[in-house]
Order: sequence, then C-alpha cells, then structure tokens
Amino acid sequence: MRELGVDLIAARVAVLCREASFDLPPDVLSALDKAGQQEDSPTGRRILNELCANAGIAASERVPLCQDTGMVLAFVEVGQDLHITGGSLGEAINRGVARGYRDGYLRASVVVDPLRRVNTGDNTPAVVYYDIVPGDGFRITIMPKGFGSENCTALGMLKPAEGLAGVRQFVLAAVDRAGANPCPPVAVGVGLGGTADKALLLAKKALLRPLDEPNPDPELAALENDLKVAINGLGYGPEGFGGRVTALAVHVETYPTHIAGLPVAVNISCHALRHKTWTWDGQ
Amino acid sequence: MDECIRIRSPFDAATAGVLQTGQQVLLSGVIFGARDQAHRRFAEALARGRDLPVDLRGQIIYYVGPTPAPPGRAIGAAGPTTGGRMDTFTPQLLAYGLRGIIAKGNRSPEVIAAIVQNGAVYLAATGGAGALLSRCIKEAQVVAYQDLGTEALWRFVIEDFPAIVAIDSRGRNLYQIGPAGYRQSHANSR
Repeated sequence: MRELGVDLIAARVAVLCREASFDLPPDVLSALDKAGQQEDSPTGRRILNELCANAGIAASERVPLCQDTGMVLAFVEVGQDLHITGGSLGEAINRGVARGYRDGYLRASVVVDPLRRVNTGDNTPAVVYYDIVPGDGFRITIMPKGFGSENCTALGMLKPAEGLAGVRQFVLAAVDRAGANPCPPVAVGVGLGGTADKALLLAKKALLRPLDEPNPDPELAALENDLKVAINGLGYGPEGFGGRVTALAVHVETYPTHIAGLPVAVNISCHALRHKTWTWDGQ
Repeated sequence: MDECIRIRSPFDAATAGVLQTGQQVLLSGVIFGARDQAHRRFAEALARGRDLPVDLRGQIIYYVGPTPAPPGRAIGAAGPTTGGRMDTFTPQLLAYGLRGIIAKGNRSPEVIAAIVQNGAVYLAATGGAGALLSRCIKEAQVVAYQDLGTEALWRFVIEDFPAIVAIDSRGRNLYQIGPAGYRQSHANSR
C-alpha cells in the first residue's frame, strides 16, 4: 500500500493557495481576451483590457488578482488503496491554507462564527469535500471563492413539469438578480438534479471545468450555449455598465434525481475564476 | 469618450455637482477605506451622538478590504467591494456630510435618493482589478478600528486612481442606463 505524508500535502496546499491567488488560469485569461474582441461597449472593452492588465500585474508582481482572496474550497480525491500518514488530512489541509495565506500576504476573510463575526486570522477553516476513488492516487484542487459572487447563489426546487423552460427561466432570473454584484463577466455554474445540497455542489464543481470545454453531452452543451446567449442578452456587460459580454461561459452538470423533483442550483464566479490542482506523482 | 477628468480628493460640493454619470475620472489625494464592520461602528457612533474616529464630512469613502502589504509595497490588492451591502448605512452617512463613495455594483433607491439630496457622488472602480488598483495607492495607514483587521478604517493616499461616475448628484444611474441599451427582451432571445 502506498503512503502519502500529510506534511507534503500541507506544503502543496500552501503553494496552491498562493498560485491560485496570483495566476489566473490560462483558459480564463483567454476567455477575457476573446470577450474583449466580442464586446462593443467602449467602457466594457476598457474594463476587459484592465482585467487582462490586472492579471499580468498579479502574475509578475505576485500580488493577488483580487483583494477578496476568498474562502478556500478544497476538492480532494483520495484513492481507496492509499494510506495517508503522519496525522489528520483535514488538519493538514487547514495548516496549508494558514501557511499559504500568511506567506502569500493573502487576505484573511473568514470569521469564526457567522453571527459573532470575529476573524480567524489565517483564513481557515477551508470547506473540504472528499471523494474516495479507485486506486492509490491523490489529487487536490484549491478554489478560493470570493463572496461578491458567492452571495449571488440561488437554489430552486422546481416541479418536474417545469422542465427545461423552468430551468432556463430560473437560471436567467438568478443571473438577472445578481446584476453587477458578482463582477461580470462571470462564469455561471448550474447544477441540475440530485438533492438540494447535491445540486449546489454540482453548480460549484461546474465552475472547475475549463471555460472552453462544453459539456460532453450534446444536449447539455446546447443548453449551456443557449443559457449563455440568453444571459448575454440581459445586457449587463463588464462590471454591469452595459455590454454584450455578461457571461464568459455557462457550465451545466447533472445528476440523477427523484421522481418528484427538479433541483436547480446556480453558483456564479466572478471573472477572477481561481483554482489550482495538485496531483501527487507518487514521490 | 475616453477622456479622463483628473480630480483631487477630497473635493468640494461644486466638483461633486459637475461630475456626470459615465465620465471617467482619475482621482488623486486622500480617501478613506471602510467596509461592513467599520460601517456598523459608524452607525453605532452616530446613533449615540458620538463623533466618528475621523471627521468624514466632505470626504470620500472607498469600500475596500485590502490584502496585507507585502514587503516593499504600500498595500496589497485593493479593489472595490460590493456597495449594496452598505446600503443600510449609507443614507445616514451622506446626511452627516460624506461627499462621495467609491465601490462597485448598484445601490438601493434609498441610497440614490440620499446621493441626490446631499449632492454627493458614487464612483465605481473595476471590481476584481485589485492588483492594478493597488499600484495607485501610494500610502496606506489604519486610522481606527485596528481590531477589525482588513475591515479597519483606512487612510489612503492615491494617485491617478481610475474610476467611473456610476451615480451622479442628479441620480443618473449607470447601472440602469448602461445595461438598458444592450438588454434584449426575453421574447427576442427565445
């Protein structure tokens, strides 16, 4: 049985937190660049240029892309034949987050308690999801999620009879309600099916798929494109000042659901769609 | 169209009055940084008839919670946060004498009415351009509420800080006017 020590995981998590905050993924950068060519509002084009320049400054000066360096989501895939050694995996992830945020001069944005609101000081704890997968590998994705966009999340428990039209209407209404707040151009994650909580998780995970990669199911890919066109028809544009590009992409993920339900969840990311993955190479 | 107006901060009521929605400005001078928790404390102080830790009459507040300054920098990333979260606090601050706000995102009808009533102005900086805007902040200092960390009350010296007039003193709102021109009716998009 292969063994992986938690200290290595903590060290890698610290690096992932910093890199995610400084380096916009190439697919996002190229989507912003493409948006600049599609946008015909002069103000919108100027903003898209600023965002590309911002990404350049962040990468070269090692300054965060955005001051909201987020609450950390960690998506962990652990092979069922792997032995994690040296301590608690969950604690190691949080140790890595604390170290990454301290060493990277990232903002501590997490409060101990939602009502008492005292800052934890090191951006811990992360929100961690574990998947047990076949094999003996290990992979972790760190996604710092800002709350300008997270606050725009929507969940609807539709009737099955509402079908595709209901889903479309719900997603559009959620993005319309969000307006300028989630820092458009946005990426829109849509989760369909499962239970309420599963739909929300699907919506979040949908944001991790590369922006230039449609859903492999042609019907869902068509829905993604249809939603994107409709959202861009809302006219918000970059920063909500008006324009053609409100969404860089819409990603839909689905899961089987109950005969009585049609859960639909919408999770939005700002244009600073940050995530970074480490796959253990066995060393 | 791409002409920028250079203004010094703080600016007087006359300057606030001539700024027009959609104009781009480059702001230099002194502004104060405050967001959710600092606003809560402002409101508590005003409710008790106490002075604010800094006289904010005639001043500009920037809604920001910066990242810590790495060595050699005045401040880390420092872009605007969502203005709407401060909606409940803003009318009383404008009545108290605040001249302007820099943030991002639309404001409530009550805030817009208070902007008009008090001859103030709402400027929007580019959300998510924290690294770029950081370069325009030359000095940063916590002046009160140190215990709030990033949510403290800050004093910034800025130079050519780019913003756009989003809601002017006549209440013209770029967040309505801008998208309206690009909005297709749902009927058309179906």
